[in-house]
Amino acid sequence: MLRVTFQYIDDCPSHEQALARLRKVLREERIQVEIDIIKIENEQQAQQLRFVGSPTILVNDTDIDPQSTEHYGLACRAYQLEDGRISPLPSEEMIKRAIRRES
Amino acid sequence: MVSEVANLKIGDKALDFSLIGIDDRQHSLDEYSNNVVAVIFSCNHCPYVRAWEDRMVKIQGDYASKGVQLVAINANDASKYPDDSFQNMKVRAREKKFNFPYLRDEDQKVANAYGAQRTPEVFLFNSGGALQYHGAIDDNYDDPQAVKVHYLRNALDAVLNGTKVPVAETAPVGCTIKWK
Repeated sequence: MLRVTFQYIDDCPSHEQALARLRKVLREERIQVEIDIIKIENEQQAQQLRFVGSPTILVNDTDIDPQSTEHYGLACRAYQLEDGRISPLPSEEMIKRAIRRES
Repeated sequence: MVSEVANLKIGDKALDFSLIGIDDRQHSLDEYSNNVVAVIFSCNHCPYVRAWEDRMVKIQGDYASKGVQLVAINANDASKYPDDSFQNMKVRAREKKFNFPYLRDEDQKVANAYGAQRTPEVFLFNSGGALQYHGAIDDNYDDPQAVKVHYLRNALDAVLNGTKVPVAETAPVGCTIKWK
C-alpha cells in the first residue's frame, strides 16, 4: 500500500500549489490514497523529521527528490526541474516518477 | 541614513544606506541619485529568488541604458542559513553573472527600516527618490514563460515615461527574511 506524506511550513507560499499538483498526479495515476499532511511547526520538529524544506513530498518515506544534505530546518526548498531551472515547486513529472517507482 | 523603522509606503522617499558589496566596496543609494533605482531584498538560498534571478539580470540588462539600476540586498542571518554568507554571495554573483550590485545588510537595519518581509521584494524609486512600486517582480515565480503580468517591467516603463504605474503594490512572494 502506497504511503504519501506531504510536509510544509506556512511561511513558504508554494505549499498549496504543491499539494494541488500532488493531488492531480495521484488522480491521473488513478491512485487512491490518503495523503498524510504534516505542517512543520518548529525547529525541533524539523530536526526530528529531518525536514529539508517546504514543500517536501515523501512516497513510502522516500523523498521524491532526495537531497544530500544534513541541513534541516524551517525553510523553503529548491527543486531542480527537468529543464535545469530552479523552482520552489516540484514538477508533476518529478512527482509522477517517484510514484511510479514505488507503485 | 537608516536609523529607525520607516516601513515605506508609495510616495515615500528612499532611505539611504551604506552597505558592503561583493566587490568589497561600500555602496550607498546616493551613488544612484540620478537613476531610477529598484532595491530588491534578496538572498542566495531562497528558491523563489533562484527562480527569479535570471529575470533580474535580464531586467537590468534591458533597462540599464535607460538609467535604471537594480540593487540587490541580502539581509539574511547567515549563521542559520550559511548559503547566505558574504562569501557565498560572491560565488552566486559570479555564477549567475549579476550585472547589479549585491550588498550585505549584516545587521539587518536596512531591511528593517524598509519594512521588507520577503525575498525577493522590490522597492522601486523614481529619479527623485520617491517609492513608485513595491512588491513582486512578476506574477509567476514558477515559470517565466507563463508570466501574465510583468509588475516590475510595467512599473519601470511607467516611471520612465512619466505616467502612472498601473499596479503600484503587490504582495511580495517568496521566503521570509531570516531575522537574527
